[in-house]
Amino acid sequence: MREIAYEDIVKAVKNMVIHTATNLPDDALKKLKEAHEKEKSPVAKKVLEQLLENAKIAKDEKRPLCQDTGLAVYFVKVGQDVKITGGLLKNAINEGTEQGYIEGYLRASTCDCFSRENLKDKIGYNLPAVIHIDLVEGDKIEIEYAAKGGGSENVSRARVLAPAQGRQGVIDFVKDVISEAGPNPCPPIIVGVGIGGTFEKAAISSKHALFREAGKPHPDPDVAEFEKELLFELNKLGIGAMGMGGTETVLAVHVEKNPCHIASLPVSVNVQCHSSRHSHITL
Amino acid sequence: MSQVHYLTTPLSDEDVKNLKAGDIVYLSGTIFTARDAAHKRLVDLIENRGELPFQLDGAVIYFVGPTPPKPGEPIGSAGPTTSYRMDSYSPILIKHGLKGMIGKGKRNQVVKDACKEYKAVYFGATGGAGALLGKLIKEAKVIAYEELGPEAIRMLRVENFPVTVINDAYGNDLYEEGRKLYEVKD
Ligand code: SF4
Repeated sequence: MREIAYEDIVKAVKNMVIHTATNLPDDALKKLKEAHEKEKSPVAKKVLEQLLENAKIAKDEKRPLCQDTGLAVYFVKVGQDVKITGGLLKNAINEGTEQGYIEGYLRASTCDCFSRENLKDKIGYNLPAVIHIDLVEGDKIEIEYAAKGGGSENVSRARVLAPAQGRQGVIDFVKDVISEAGPNPCPPIIVGVGIGGTFEKAAISSKHALFREAGKPHPDPDVAEFEKELLFELNKLGIGAMGMGGTETVLAVHVEKNPCHIASLPVSVNVQCHSSRHSHITL
Repeated sequence: MSQVHYLTTPLSDEDVKNLKAGDIVYLSGTIFTARDAAHKRLVDLIENRGELPFQLDGAVIYFVGPTPPKPGEPIGSAGPTTSYRMDSYSPILIKHGLKGMIGKGKRNQVVKDACKEYKAVYFGATGGAGALLGKLIKEAKVIAYEELGPEAIRMLRVENFPVTVINDAYGNDLYEEGRKLYEVKD
């Protein structure tokens, strides 16, 4: 058994949270630059220019890229041969999140669903984090992190289609969701699509799809082909940067596909805004 | 073609009438921040004839919930939040003198109609450009509802704050018109 100390997890998570808020990762930056080059609308091109400048200011002056510093979402893979000493893994991640959000001058955005009261004094600063844990082989802990803003989460949708609707049904659903979202999720966006499994499996898959390096095709060539087709279809919508009209609406489409029940075809669309703040660490 | 304007708040009816959807405006002067919770309180005050924490006549409200400022800075990152959550409140404020709103995303028909009837505009700022936009805010002071945290009402002094006219006082909508230009129909 390899031992990993609770305190080391807290520290690593805290540093990752602070870094991610001000540094747009290379994959997102590269995609934004490509979009800026390709964009045909002068208005949208100007928006993209602002976004690139914003990324530079954020990095150079250590200012959060966006004022919505998100809810903290984690996908964690814990090796079966790891023993965590000094406390629970979930608590360590929450503690690191809270410290990172406070020390990084980030926003506390969690509230009660109905009273809308901010929970920073009741549960913790921007807590609780959303944590998905999976047990895997090995003696390491891998933590994938995203700071997920509300604007793009609000337009995300899930539905269980009839099997007969098939591939085309999925395309139509995704297109409807993105078309309806229009300017609201801060385009250009990255679209995560989870297909198959059960209702919640599709939703989690669509979220996890957003953690992939932007634009990296799915390893299965058929799925990769489907991603390409969706990307092409979605960019026909003409929504453009910040919805002001343009050719570059979607930076990448990532699909995760699972086997499903003979009676159903679940599909979930999770949208990520251009401020795709994610990181990962291995301990 | 889209025009560029330099305007200082408060805005007059004349200022508003000169703006067309798609125009770029660099705003200077004082603007006020408010999100859902603060809007609810403002509307309650109007309905109960209470005194508002700021002059609504000619005012511009920015839909934003900034990050906390670092020591020595007036404000943290401060880009726009999604505006539709304010749709049920904005028309009442417009009727009572509000001239401009800054946010991101679509407004409903009631808001667009109010802009037309009472001469007001809805501006879009670039969502997710919080670092850049925060730097253009030179002063920030909480003037009401401090307990709401990021949702408190702040008075901001801005210089050349870049916004685009989305809904003008003539019923035009840049989101609809811009998209039509680039949409590829099968
Ligand atoms: S959708 Fe993304 S970029 Fe837009 S305001 Fe929310 S977090 Fe920021």
